[in-house]
Amino acid sequence: MAETHHNTETGVAHEAGHKAGFPPLDPANFAPQIIWLAITFALLYGLLSKIALPRIGEVIEERRDRIQRDIDAAEALKAETEKALRGYEQSLADARSKAGGIARETRDKLATETDKKRHASEAEVAAKIADAEGRIAAMKANALQNVGDIAAETASAIVGKLIGVDVSAAEAKKHL
Amino acid sequence: MPDPIHQFEIKRLIPLDLFGLDATFTNSALFMLLAAVLVSGFLILSMQGRSLVPTRLQSLAEMLYEFVANMVRDTMGHGHDDHGHGHGHDQGYMKFFPLVFTIFIFILTLNMLGMIPGFFTSTSHLAVTAGLALLVFVTVLIVGFAKNGFGFLKLFVPSGVPIYVLPLVVAIEIISFLSRPISHSVRLFANMLAGHITLKVFAGFIIMLLGAGGAYGILSILPLTMATALTALEFLVAFLQAYVFAMLTCMYLNDALHPGH
Repeated sequence: MAETHHNTETGVAHEAGHKAGFPPLDPANFAPQIIWLAITFALLYGLLSKIALPRIGEVIEERRDRIQRDIDAAEALKAETEKALRGYEQSLADARSKAGGIARETRDKLATETDKKRHASEAEVAAKIADAEGRIAAMKANALQNVGDIAAETASAIVGKLIGVDVSAAEAKKHL
Repeated sequence: MPDPIHQFEIKRLIPLDLFGLDATFTNSALFMLLAAVLVSGFLILSMQGRSLVPTRLQSLAEMLYEFVANMVRDTMGHGHDDHGHGHGHDQGYMKFFPLVFTIFIFILTLNMLGMIPGFFTSTSHLAVTAGLALLVFVTVLIVGFAKNGFGFLKLFVPSGVPIYVLPLVVAIEIISFLSRPISHSVRLFANMLAGHITLKVFAGFIIMLLGAGGAYGILSILPLTMATALTALEFLVAFLQAYVFAMLTCMYLNDALHPGH
């Protein structure tokens, strides 16, 4: 009896739906849809808010924390590296300035030594030059002397040959 | 020509009676149940690994989570000093996140299921969208009065309005507030309905032209192109309307939390 009642009811609703021609706005369809919307939405909301979303949130949070931890660790390591690098650069600069000092000292020492040696050898050379110049002057004077004798002899020989007059070398030398 | 309205027909699958109310399990209910099962199944199973380096499915679930979380933060987060830093797990507005997320994913899934040929689109029925919109409306009222008491009525009194136009402005504000559930529900309902009717009409043209034979058969390429383009558009609309519905939910809830502005 109840079943036939139901059947007629759905039958009527169906007919009404056809008459209205537009099921989305047919009031007969409202109650069952809203009731099932409430059931399914409540079910979904319960499952998501109690299980699914907290779980996703946890995982995302965990990952964010993990990444933050890793970044922090990386930053600490980077600071340490920079400290070590600064220390290295400091000692490098120290070593460099020390090396520069040693080099300068050595250079100065060498320069003074060289200067000293140079002065000594210059003096020696100057003495030798003076000595050589004296000898050259003597030789020159000597040579010039010889040149006068040769010229006189040559002149007396030439005169004797040309004009037959015998002129002594000493005579010729007088007229030169 | 096939009837474009036929796809919206409610099929009564299991007649049920709940305290004298007609609680028949219909095809609409079937798809809502399917959506609930699919969504919760996907979101729970994809996170089973809880891995730090997510699998493809896990990263999809996380993307959905972040997408809605950002939407909630962006619309409801301002007004707080701590906007922009921290990820707000203990800020007041984040307790509405599960509601917004459920609304968004439920509508999105219903819309997308409706895009599968032969499937029913529950969101193309006013009862479903109105039910969701009323849920939001009632939540806003309860939260608004519970949080602010009568201060919630400040929502209807915008600051900086000259006293002589204030009654008019307040009247307009009240009317616009009361019409929110209507526009909220009709926007989604009408978009889904119109999209599906249009698709069906163009699909009908293809069959009619092909049926006419000869040169008409060649012409059927035109509605086919149109139907293809519309299908792409409908996928966009299916996503967009779910987004808009969720976004408006956030904005209305924001009003409930901060009625001052």
